[in-house]
Amino acid sequence: MIQFYNVTKLYPNGAKAINDLSLRIKQGDFAFLVGPSGAGKSTIAKLIFREEKPTAGQIFFNGRNALRFRGREVVAMRRKIGMVFQDFRLLSQKTAYENVAFALEVTGVSRWEVRKRVPEVLRQVGLEDKMDRFPAQLSGGEQQRVCVARAIVKNPVLILADEPTGNLDPETSRELMELFLEINQSGTTIVIATHAWDIVNELKKRVIALESGRIVRDEEQGSYGYGVS
Amino acid sequence: MGFLNSLRYCLRQTLLSIVRNFWLATASAAMITVSLLILGSFGLIALNAGQFLQQVESEIEINVFLQDVAPVNDLGREIRALTGVERVTYVSKEQALEEMRESLGERRDILTGLENDNPLPASYRVRTSNAEVVPAVARAIEKMHGVDKVRYGQGYVEKLILITRWVNVAALFAAGLLALAAIFLIMTTIRMSVMARRDEVEIMKYMGASNWFVRFPFLLEGMAVGYLGSKVAVLILGFGYYYLLLQVDQVSLFFVQLVTDQQTLGMLFGALFALGVLIGGLAGSISIRKFLRV
Repeated sequence: MIQFYNVTKLYPNGAKAINDLSLRIKQGDFAFLVGPSGAGKSTIAKLIFREEKPTAGQIFFNGRNALRFRGREVVAMRRKIGMVFQDFRLLSQKTAYENVAFALEVTGVSRWEVRKRVPEVLRQVGLEDKMDRFPAQLSGGEQQRVCVARAIVKNPVLILADEPTGNLDPETSRELMELFLEINQSGTTIVIATHAWDIVNELKKRVIALESGRIVRDEEQGSYGYGVS
Repeated sequence: MGFLNSLRYCLRQTLLSIVRNFWLATASAAMITVSLLILGSFGLIALNAGQFLQQVESEIEINVFLQDVAPVNDLGREIRALTGVERVTYVSKEQALEEMRESLGERRDILTGLENDNPLPASYRVRTSNAEVVPAVARAIEKMHGVDKVRYGQGYVEKLILITRWVNVAALFAAGLLALAAIFLIMTTIRMSVMARRDEVEIMKYMGASNWFVRFPFLLEGMAVGYLGSKVAVLILGFGYYYLLLQVDQVSLFFVQLVTDQQTLGMLFGALFALGVLIGGLAGSISIRKFLRV
């Protein structure tokens, strides 16, 4: 579904975030991007979402060259990708329900559809009785669940999560991962950039290990494997 | 269907934004009002000056007095051939005397006996297509053979042309400056509302909102501010001018004839209105541009 061919990304300040990297993520994959800070995890996420364009190389999304996408196609592609952030990025003046609904309103979905769909996904993430709370009234884990609900409400083909457990305690993190696994069961591809080695080791999923912009290891059913344990 | 949903959302956002930044929006609208008031006033002045000038122009004629021995027909042909000349009428010595007699009215008797020894010269009366070419035409005629004197109100015409030109330039300049100021103020207004909704805008991009969807509410906000400002300006100008017309009518300044043509005035006010909305929209779209680079 996503292919990188010899992708290099240089930032204007001269830093080489990604160095001649090739990568293939298939439909239905559940992959972790691991590696030390600055290894290029976030840059890969940004390249997939086309927040950034590579300096060299090609990126394909669903068999089409994503670098050739024009405005409308970029938007169409982004609607197929659900984003989950470390800092949640929920709108503090909106309730959980409104935050999720926002993702649909923004893409011009009808009110009727919003009213039907939003409670569904909030139930799926286990927040059906906290729909009317504001982010400040929710725990970190619950906020991240709202964020996940917001990501899946538009039925994305891919979920990109950048350090989703960065601000969560281990127990909550584990619960969140179970949620991701559940979503993955229904066929949604999931890519998670993370530092959380314990979770990675536990789940035995595909692990793509990065170091200074290169893939140093790519294993199905892998582990974090950085001497930490 | 999706479009209507989006439109509803955008309209709601616009309204909310204006309500939230009420005072700044009001200040921006007021700024538009002031600049359009000044622009409009100058516009009205220019319109009236233009009409006045046209009136004067239509009355300006060049009097070409001929020597008694002049080759009348050749001269007439030569004058007609000049560029800018619209109409040439010949006034013979007899006609000149007749006209003078008429203008004297009851005292016409003093001219009796002059029929046989007419001291008045024959002349050509030359009308030009506009006042600006009068001096040049006059100079050209002066050089022709058989021409005695050329009269057209020298100095007066030149001054009039110069004044109208300056009024127009000054008006445009002042109005341009004010419009620029208005644009900056609206840009500040829009930027404030962009700032207030910065998180929202960023998240919207991540949710896959199209660019116009993000932009539209701000563009609309700018246009709404421009609309309000210009509406007030046009109302004030319209009533002010109407009041002025009534006053002038009473005082009856014989030489001033104000423009009352509905169509001309309507066009001026319409243009002002459109300009206000345009300025608002422009300011709106400028200030959101940099937030939307993705």
